[in-house]
Amino acid sequence: MKTRSAALLLALLLLAAVTGQARAAGDTIKVGILHSLSGTMAISETTLKDTMLMLIDEQNKKGGLLGRKLEAVVVDPASNWPLFAEKARELIEKDHVAAVFGCWTSVSRKSVLPVFEELDSLLFYPVQYEGEESSKNVFYTGAAPNQQAIPAVDYLMNEMGVKRWVLAGTDYVYPRTTNKILEAYLKEKGVSDEDIMINYTPFGHSDWQSIVAEIKKFGSAGKKTAVVSTINGDANVPFYKELGNQGITADKIPVVAFSVGEEELSGIDTRPLVGHLAAWNYFMSVDTDINNDFIDAWHAFTRDDKRVTNDPMEAHFIGFNMWVKAVEKAGTTDPDAVQKAIIGVTVPNLSGGYAAMMPNHHITKPVLIGEIQDDGQFEVVWRTPGMVVGDAWSDYLPGSRDLIADWREPLACGNFNVKTGKCSGSAAK
Amino acid sequence: MPATCPFLRPPGAIRHLALLLLICLLLVPVSGRGDEGGFDQGIGLLASRDFSGKAAGIDLLAESGDARAKTILEALLAGRLFHVKKSGRLVVAEKNGRTYLLTDALTSAPAGTAKKRALKKVTINNRLRTGIKSALARLALRDPDPGVRLAAVNAMLSTLNQESIGLLTRLRKEEKDSRVRDALATAIDIGRLRSGDPALRSKALARLDGNLDPVVRNELIRLLDTEKDETVRRQAQATLASIERRIALSGLAETLFFGLSMGSVLVLAAIGLAITFGVIGVINMAHGELIMLGAYTTYVLQQLLPHSIGLALLLSVPAAFLVSGGVGILIEKTVIRFLYGRPLETLLATFGISLVLQQAVRTIFSPLNRSVATPAWMSGMIQINPVLSLTVNRLTILAFAALVFAGLLWTMKKSSIGLQVRAVAQNRAMARAMGVRAARVDALTFGLGSGIAGMAGVALSQLTNVGPNLGQAYIIDSFMVVVFGGVGNLWGTLLGGLTLGVANKFMEPWTGAVLAKILILVFIILFIQKRPSGLFPRKGRAEV
Repeated sequence: MKTRSAALLLALLLLAAVTGQARAAGDTIKVGILHSLSGTMAISETTLKDTMLMLIDEQNKKGGLLGRKLEAVVVDPASNWPLFAEKARELIEKDHVAAVFGCWTSVSRKSVLPVFEELDSLLFYPVQYEGEESSKNVFYTGAAPNQQAIPAVDYLMNEMGVKRWVLAGTDYVYPRTTNKILEAYLKEKGVSDEDIMINYTPFGHSDWQSIVAEIKKFGSAGKKTAVVSTINGDANVPFYKELGNQGITADKIPVVAFSVGEEELSGIDTRPLVGHLAAWNYFMSVDTDINNDFIDAWHAFTRDDKRVTNDPMEAHFIGFNMWVKAVEKAGTTDPDAVQKAIIGVTVPNLSGGYAAMMPNHHITKPVLIGEIQDDGQFEVVWRTPGMVVGDAWSDYLPGSRDLIADWREPLACGNFNVKTGKCSGSAAK
Repeated sequence: MPATCPFLRPPGAIRHLALLLLICLLLVPVSGRGDEGGFDQGIGLLASRDFSGKAAGIDLLAESGDARAKTILEALLAGRLFHVKKSGRLVVAEKNGRTYLLTDALTSAPAGTAKKRALKKVTINNRLRTGIKSALARLALRDPDPGVRLAAVNAMLSTLNQESIGLLTRLRKEEKDSRVRDALATAIDIGRLRSGDPALRSKALARLDGNLDPVVRNELIRLLDTEKDETVRRQAQATLASIERRIALSGLAETLFFGLSMGSVLVLAAIGLAITFGVIGVINMAHGELIMLGAYTTYVLQQLLPHSIGLALLLSVPAAFLVSGGVGILIEKTVIRFLYGRPLETLLATFGISLVLQQAVRTIFSPLNRSVATPAWMSGMIQINPVLSLTVNRLTILAFAALVFAGLLWTMKKSSIGLQVRAVAQNRAMARAMGVRAARVDALTFGLGSGIAGMAGVALSQLTNVGPNLGQAYIIDSFMVVVFGGVGNLWGTLLGGLTLGVANKFMEPWTGAVLAKILILVFIILFIQKRPSGLFPRKGRAEV
């Protein structure tokens, strides 16, 4: 009897201890933020960290999630690719975050991918990228090439009558893959080899004189010429400065860029660039109520009414709201349940439409073409009539034409070959 | 209305009157549809939502011949044409602080001020921009200023057609300015290349010989494809060949200019290092960050003097020298002084300092790039011929680099501090015995090198990003130039920088920018194997 009551007491105590611990851990839902705050990429990623803090803050003001408060866990992977993987592991294993929002460059995503797959956690990736990937654990809220590059080329071809193409990019995986897709697409449209010029430059290239002169020469052959630029980050400023200096204005040779947004423009004197283009899924200048509210909230949160908003910020806005909705739908933050619940979730985007999470873990987006204005903003000159579904595997590359991604049961495969009927893992080798 | 109806004098019957009135009513709009109607209609169309409606409006405005059309089109091109949201009134708005100063676009009367939210911009896209420019060019063909007329003729070259050639021929008869006459003649000759008469084509060819305008070249290539007449064909071939020869020559000159300008940037970035590394033998990994500080000084001064950007840029040359030089001396006094003779530790310590400086700038100014404006006198280009033009900012920097180099050379060779620096570098013990305060000279030398890095930063702010990473991009190139040129020799740095710049630019068209950079590195490695002390070896303390 005595021993029995003692055992009961012990069991009760144990239970209390366990639930108490569970409650202590469960007071908040932790959300990981994996963006570089120092090093080369800090220029772009710091803003996204602030965006996430703002979104989490707003959600908490609305009462949190599942009756619990959200708590942001911020780490700094310092633009160092292996460190991204380490920090991701730390977030998942040590801090037990429910989901991670982060990464900018493709190489950082590739670096953390095995960690997320091994520990079965969730990553929301907010930046436009080269496609050719669909992981069970990653949600791609930025644009795939068919949501940015291909519509932009269509616009130039059909609306502006461009016949000659310069594909200029920084020498790494995103521009190379995008240009490969674009080259295949242009050739399919009947553009001949001699009307395509491809040029790669190293990271941070700063002396653009001869390349701009070459573009000028290429563009003086009498056919309407345009530059499709996948030039990354810092190299853009000297590139645009050189364009301005050599007198290449937008009505002679327009440049359409995929990596230049409001934030990049805030570091340039844009007067000589008026009319050059960018293709994104969101521009700060989009005049909708939801966007004006977002901008006001951003200015209030940063206490700086000069801060700009940009496309990857909208991607985080969409991704975060989708995750919140999926968690509410599933009633838990368990990654597996959220993964199942999030497919088909629809949330408003900032340009006046809705974004839906597709079975391939990409989302639907409108494609907007904007022209640079003298105040560093973009004026939308064209947009796709409807939403474009993100395509994980490009239809224009021989290797990926037959691949599809569908994470719904029973297929549940990120890399399914419709010809052979085989699933070969989540991403190409 | 009676004025436009002179025959409104009915003989009697009221029926006739009514009929006449009806005719009059019908006639008024018909006779009134002259320029005035087109202008008003065009103004109305500017409010359309789609760009094709606006395009039609622009055409109507341009053809209306109304004197106001030019101002309105110019305002539209500059993005200063707005509709007032409430009244729909068309205004030209001038930004004035946070509000806009309005002028009625039609009456040119002042229309008060308004907030941005009350205005709706008349947006245009590239196609409209081209349309407006060519419409303005047509209007500008009759401008009183010959310079404007010349630009207008040149702008029309690429869009010539039968109609515009007729117009240009008429204009040429009235034209008095010889340059504009020549330009008109070229345009007419280009038009004649398409004429049906071989003799006319041949004459036009003879006159176009040696004309480097790309339009002429394209037209010749097109002519060669279609020409049936054998003599004209041969003549066109010869003309094209001579034009291409001259284009190739211009291309060579252009590449040389690009190379020299790239070289001048390298020299600017490296010459401060030539002092710190070359003369006192400190491997200063924070050299790039001292350049960055100079660039940020320019940014700060431009923020302080927002209305005189050019003056701010000139002032920032001495200011950047002082700021970077001061920081340099501080680094020397607090860190490097204790590490002389221990190159590895110096390298690590200065690398740490570089990270500290970068993060400090990130914290103070934000990690984002800052926008440094280019003053008007440094933008644009000098056109030598249609295929060769030199950009003014590069020319300015070339001259600036030469000036800095000359100044530094003078300081080292002629001034007393230069003498002391050289004395300490050559034989420290002897110099000290002669009463030179070696420690002070070390600090001053390091400060001098750092200050020059700051001045390089001012120049770089005009070319590239002003951001925390600015320095990293130049540190490797700087070391490369100094090592290649010969440690401790200013002339070596000059020659080394220019050689590397020119070599890089000559290789780039063949190999691409990525491979060109690699090849240069490989070349330097091989060169250093053969001549370890660079182009101009000189004994300094680094080798003692």
